Amino acid sequence: MRSYLRPLTLVAALGLGLLAPLEPAAAEPSVILATTTSTQDTGLLDVLVPAFEKASGLQVKTIAVGTGAALAMGDRGDADVLLVHAPAAEEAYMAKGRGLERALVMHNAFIVVGPSNDPAHVRGSATAQAAFGAIARAQALFVSRGDDSGTNIKELALWKAAGADAAGPWYVKTGSGMADTLHVASQKGAYTLTDDGTFLSQRATLSLVPLVEDAKDLRNVYHVIVVKPVANRVSNQAGGEAFARFVTSADGQRIIAAYGHEKFGRPLFVPDAGKAE
Amino acid sequence: MLEIAALSVAVSIVATLAAAVVAIPAALWIVHGRSAARTVVLALFGAGLGLPPVAVGLAVAFTFWRSGPLGWVDLLYTPTAMAIAQTIIVVPLIGTLAVISLRTSDDTLAMQLAALSVPRRARFYLIAREVAPGFAAAILAGFGRAVAEVGAAQMTGGNIEGQTRVLTTATMLAVGKGEFGEAFSYVAVLLGIMAVAAGVALTLQRRWA
Repeated sequence: MRSYLRPLTLVAALGLGLLAPLEPAAAEPSVILATTTSTQDTGLLDVLVPAFEKASGLQVKTIAVGTGAALAMGDRGDADVLLVHAPAAEEAYMAKGRGLERALVMHNAFIVVGPSNDPAHVRGSATAQAAFGAIARAQALFVSRGDDSGTNIKELALWKAAGADAAGPWYVKTGSGMADTLHVASQKGAYTLTDDGTFLSQRATLSLVPLVEDAKDLRNVYHVIVVKPVANRVSNQAGGEAFARFVTSADGQRIIAAYGHEKFGRPLFVPDAGKAE
Repeated sequence: MLEIAALSVAVSIVATLAAAVVAIPAALWIVHGRSAARTVVLALFGAGLGLPPVAVGLAVAFTFWRSGPLGWVDLLYTPTAMAIAQTIIVVPLIGTLAVISLRTSDDTLAMQLAALSVPRRARFYLIAREVAPGFAAAILAGFGRAVAEVGAAQMTGGNIEGQTRVLTTATMLAVGKGEFGEAFSYVAVLLGIMAVAAGVALTLQRRWA
């Protein structure tokens, strides 16, 4: 009975070699870009990253997570370059010495969206802070990202500014990306804070309307950060620097300025490279 | 779409075959070996059936992060990393099903053939023919679990366009983008792949039977 075990063991040893051909050995590690779900969900990265790959000949692995997670990846040396939008958290990151350089790339705006019947009467509020105060007082349903993303960090700062306690049955955390969170808010008839790019790209499938726009406390600023490599770990500092140079170059900024015209009738981001903070 | 579907199939086939070459000899050993450790391995397979893919994905990702113990091989966010995770997910399933099929089909036949003094080579062929359909079913089930799995694929592959985007992670992304039509088309292709795989397995089983 045991006689047929031997050939099978041989096959087993051979079979383990099957995994090898899937992966051609790369001469140089690819560039790992850790960024936010909003840049991926708007589709901007689908044009920006291939353009960079074509211009530089480098291969990029884009990992879309929240800003908090992206900064943590940089901290551990698990990424080479970060494209993120939570200025206060970024400054803390740079202060720790985990970044080589940080540059302004672009901005869009956050907007407060909600159901068109607007139960907390926030439509037309002058600031997001005032709108958040009204939502908390009315205990109107609000859906939060709850994922330590740049949008989530901004949202928590707004509750704090409004002096409101964001807790209770009216306050729901999804732990998901921006587009998913918008869909949850849409289904529940709730308010949420979103970047206008993601909202615009999703609008056709949502029953939410913009209620507070163009308020001065709703600017959403993106920076690129080149990660300082961790000693004795795989990294691609030159690739990270090349990506940072590209997104702030005239070519990169042109792509950002143009993105969205075709699909949404207006650009989703405003290029800011070289401008004062 | 073609590229995404092809990668789904390629990664899952490699993972399933790799799992089969580990799990099937292990199943033969469990049924026919003598060591007491057999029970432990069988219990591990049983426990592994309930192993959540996200747990495997996290463990594999953790191992291959640049800051992880095997970071220096630079394998994270590659199809190989996905195949490794899927292999771990699928081994217990193929192993368990192969053990079940061996136990239900092969005991008396082996004894009969030995009693009839059938030559060794012929005995091997006859037994192989007897157990092959069971193994084919086990491998198909393994492929099904591998190709339909999303948590480990997302964590170890990163859903990178043109590199590690497979049908399940592409579906998640399409839903995230609100492109529901696109999401449904990925799901339809996934179901089509499963139907083809089931058809192949049925044909093989019928030919053997």
